[in-house]
Amino acid sequence: MLMGLFNYWIVVVLMMIGLYIVIAHGNLIKKIIGLTIFQTSVFIFYISMAKVDGGTAPILADDTIQYSNPLPHVLILTAIVVGIATTAMALSLVVRIKEAYGSIEEEEIQQQDNQIQEDKQEGKQA
Amino acid sequence: MLLTFLLVVAIAIIRMKDLFAVVMLAGIYGLLSASFFVVMDAVDVAFTEAAVGAGISTLLMLVVIAMTGHAEKTTRHKPLLALLVVTITGGLLIYGTLDMPYFGSADAPIHNHVAPRYINDSIQEIGVPNIVTSVLASYRAFDTFGEVVVIFTAGIGVLALLSITRRPEDDDNIGSFNDSLNEQHLVVRIVSKMLIPFILLFALYVQFHGDYGSGGGFQAGVIFASAIILYAMLFGLNIARKVINQPFFQFISAIGVLLYGSVGLASMLSGGNFFDYNVLSNDHITGQHLGILLIELGVGCTVASVMIIIFFNFAGQRGMQQDNEKEHHKNKELS
Repeated sequence: MLMGLFNYWIVVVLMMIGLYIVIAHGNLIKKIIGLTIFQTSVFIFYISMAKVDGGTAPILADDTIQYSNPLPHVLILTAIVVGIATTAMALSLVVRIKEAYGSIEEEEIQQQDNQIQEDKQEGKQA
Repeated sequence: MLLTFLLVVAIAIIRMKDLFAVVMLAGIYGLLSASFFVVMDAVDVAFTEAAVGAGISTLLMLVVIAMTGHAEKTTRHKPLLALLVVTITGGLLIYGTLDMPYFGSADAPIHNHVAPRYINDSIQEIGVPNIVTSVLASYRAFDTFGEVVVIFTAGIGVLALLSITRRPEDDDNIGSFNDSLNEQHLVVRIVSKMLIPFILLFALYVQFHGDYGSGGGFQAGVIFASAIILYAMLFGLNIARKVINQPFFQFISAIGVLLYGSVGLASMLSGGNFFDYNVLSNDHITGQHLGILLIELGVGCTVASVMIIIFFNFAGQRGMQQDNEKEHHKNKELS
């Protein structure tokens, strides 16, 4: 009966893949995609919990008695659309960063920032 | 089985260096998870995920990587440390799942709290066969209102971030979004030109049929927006801007939120609670139907127009970059 938890384990693995991409990759777009994977894994988690064996989609019909739980569906449905809106927001930030720094690699941005700070300090000393 | 596919795609996303391929894989990932949601009986969610995950988000990412470049640098920050953190967190989470009720068991705590009321009583209380719609638009209308406001705010945020540098006169000389697509793909253009009215019609069907089948304002909004985005991609941003002017859509997105909120206010003024539709009409079922119809309309308006605004701003930004580069080249040649 270990297969009963299989869905949740896959969710955990997917979530960790997302987290790994967010931590280990320097490219900002890749990071956003990592966040999307993380997000989708949470969706899968909720929807898996809502499933009832032998149930059908929660649209009332005369000849069915068992339905899957509608509440997680509602929560996730709105979360998906909110998710794309916030992703768009993040992407627009990336576009602005690209315009300002000419790069979307985290390390290059950091380098440029450090450079600016050093220049400022040297200016003060001089 | 589908979950295993999802896993494979996710691992491929880690390995790939070319961002174009990564974005395409993310689209496949969205489609796969939509199919998974169908298997899990969550048809409304699958609908949304297919339109958003495989459609709009892939498009937006493509526009963005067109601006920022395809190649990912190979540098990674301490991958071993990251792997360690991830493994420990994952291990703990899996340890946590050991206490969870098995997948699909009907007596899990989640199915015993409010869900029975939704399933058994919603037909008497709301009178709408699709339980997801009645929970979304009536029982939890306040929650959904908050989400619509979040989407609206994200639209404002994108506008604030991307259109700051644009002057009105720039709008006229933005190059079309993708010139090559205009000339080369005649077949694609003609086929989509025929399809677009049907997509719009389908969006309206999804909008107004959400009470009975799967669908509703969120899905309809995204589908409606994708039809217009398709038009803009095929015929160029210039022509699309002539058909659809952006201030109008900004207006509509605000109207959607206003419509939603005023339904709540109307029910308060008629003596009920906020978003209590029973008082909107003499018969409580009619009141519920009216309330749900209006707020779904509000949701649809806001979602569709925010998605369109977001896409137009991204694509417009790209057009501006191209123009700047062209001017740059010209200046160089002149000097």
